[in-house]
Amino acid sequence: MSNLSAYFYALFFVALPYVSLVVFFLMTIVRYRTGAFTYSSLSSQFLENRQHFWALMPFHYGILTVLGMHIAAFLIPREVEWWARIPLRLWVMEAGMLAAGLLTLAGLTAAMLRRHTNHKIALVTSPGDWVVLTLLLLQVLSGIGIAMMYPWGSSWFAIAVTPYLWSVAKLNPNMAVVAAMPALIQFHIVNAFLIIGFFPFSRLVHILVAPNPYLWRRPQVVRWYRRPAAAKG
Amino acid sequence: MDVRAQMSMVFHLDKCIGCHTCSIACKNIWTDRKGTEYMWWNNVETKPGTGYPTAWEDQEKYHGGWVVEDGNLHLRSTSKTQTVFNIFHNPHQPSMDDYYEPWTYDYQHLFNAPEGPDQPTAVPISMVTGDLIQIKAGPNWDDDMGGSPVYAENDPNLAQLNPEQRAQMFAVQRLMFFYLPRICNHCLNPACVASCPSGALHKRGEDGIVLVDQKRCRGWRACIAACPYKKMYYNWQTGKSEKCILCYPRLETGQAPACFHSCVGRIRYLGVVLYDADRIREVAGLPQDELIEAQRSLILNPNDPAVIAAARQNGVHDSVVESAQKSPTYRFVKDWKIALPLHAEYRTLPMLFYVPPMAPVMAQKTGTTVDNISEDLFHDIDDARAPIEYMASMFGAGNAGKVRYALRKQKAVRWYRRAVTVGDVDMATAERMLREADCSPAEAEAIYKLTSLCTFDDRFVIPPMHREQAVEMLEDPLAHKQGVGFGFMESPRRGL
Repeated sequence: MSNLSAYFYALFFVALPYVSLVVFFLMTIVRYRTGAFTYSSLSSQFLENRQHFWALMPFHYGILTVLGMHIAAFLIPREVEWWARIPLRLWVMEAGMLAAGLLTLAGLTAAMLRRHTNHKIALVTSPGDWVVLTLLLLQVLSGIGIAMMYPWGSSWFAIAVTPYLWSVAKLNPNMAVVAAMPALIQFHIVNAFLIIGFFPFSRLVHILVAPNPYLWRRPQVVRWYRRPAAAKG
Repeated sequence: MDVRAQMSMVFHLDKCIGCHTCSIACKNIWTDRKGTEYMWWNNVETKPGTGYPTAWEDQEKYHGGWVVEDGNLHLRSTSKTQTVFNIFHNPHQPSMDDYYEPWTYDYQHLFNAPEGPDQPTAVPISMVTGDLIQIKAGPNWDDDMGGSPVYAENDPNLAQLNPEQRAQMFAVQRLMFFYLPRICNHCLNPACVASCPSGALHKRGEDGIVLVDQKRCRGWRACIAACPYKKMYYNWQTGKSEKCILCYPRLETGQAPACFHSCVGRIRYLGVVLYDADRIREVAGLPQDELIEAQRSLILNPNDPAVIAAARQNGVHDSVVESAQKSPTYRFVKDWKIALPLHAEYRTLPMLFYVPPMAPVMAQKTGTTVDNISEDLFHDIDDARAPIEYMASMFGAGNAGKVRYALRKQKAVRWYRRAVTVGDVDMATAERMLREADCSPAEAEAIYKLTSLCTFDDRFVIPPMHREQAVEMLEDPLAHKQGVGFGFMESPRRGL
């Protein structure tokens, strides 16, 4: 490894992850505290209803599946490997993930076309939205490329990428494994950290306010300013 | 008994002249902003007609309100599980096309147009895109179109009529229409609140006003589909839902809401009522023909010592109870029973009640002229041009008896007052009519006074809102000592 490439590896796989993560945690909190109003899904369904379905449904279901598997491979790599020890299962997982990736790509492309071609939707599209969409497109394209060129990722992710991610998480970054990886995978990792870094400045924050308390709250919500202790529930 | 206070309203439809002053007053104060141009928190519709948004009463299309299935009361548009799967795309959300695309005119062109052979014109341009548009519909496109095959004949309430009644209703000599002003009903069992995934929508405990917490709203849009009255609106600019706030900043300073205040026909009444919150779930789930009576029974007598004691124990201020005792809405809804909720079958327990309008008399075409059939101005209710079933579809949850009762009492009051003032009606006949309409002369006088001679203070009995107490919970008054006069407001900036 030459000095120059070592410098770049340190920049992309050590500096960038930490900068991104610090920015992510700090700025989402700052933004929530100072501008809670800006936390919204910023839905444009009201302005255009039909294309919205064909773009947003495949995109969200696709990306949630793919993201869920990435997180599983990060958190429980052994269990994922154990589950996929039978070739048929590995094959099913591999094909499923690729299908989910393609679904995401289809939805994302449709969403970008919708934002570009529909005048009303274009009006509620900010430059930041285009940055997010572009980053996501690059991420999905590189992800699909990896799935096709370097298959059985569900197996090697746990051995190769998970240790690196954990080394970053444990503040003891070990970039030896990633340095040896093909450029496409390296790009996928770098782009992922770019997305995380840009997250607090984009509409992506709506992920953090996904409405889970709704599932177990009572139907009606009443807010009181002042109520005596004797008063009922 | 869980006694709570609720702001309630009565609109006297027999007095509405359809001038839209209320809509304009509201628009100028609240929805004259980018993203809200299409919203009419207060709108006035012509009935029969399709209304705004188009055919909003057609719940097969819009999926609003609650339904009871196997004894379970649930939202028609969503459920907890469905919310998870529909969060990315709400299948029942109306789009801007269901309302209308707001427009203005290119007035600048009148000044800038190059010299030519013709006068320049101000063409319509979209207030959303700024593009030239062909106007196809507006919020009042069915205004006064009582017999129209495009609007009136597509009124969802006509489904309650048999083909013969429908044909009769649209016969030339029977054409009629009346106005239906609509604002948020500030329901006791609001579907919008129950559907809100973020918990942003809530009822204020002290007065029951339904509000959207703009900082908690995430634009999941479930409320827009869930509200059967389509009084939840999506601000496409800020990405948040908005709705009628019953002008609470005005109420808190003792003023009537803008639409009430500006009402030319003086059709609007506002007052606080006490109700039993323990029974909301039970009442909302009752069979449809019991709904009107049961909803009425939810509202408690503010002069009953047991109610007053329970209210006090529940933290309802004595001044609010006092205000409830003077409430004009209580008299219309409970004492006189002539004000009815709109579409009680949606089961949201709306707190806006309507005095149903007296439809015009029957007419007959002889030769080329149309004459009134009856010499009797105070015609029989079942001979009115609008079939009673049509009115019952709107104000009686299909129960014609409730509407007939309200109309008969109004009619008896007219006869009685005619006997008193004009004298061409026999007083004995008038009194017999009052008896038949379950009304005493004293009650008739009271109805007459509150309908015809009502002053501002008779119509709007606004309880003290005690914001001075509420604000102490949020702010330390001493912290602002010597600093009052400057504050900082955030502008509603669209999210990144």
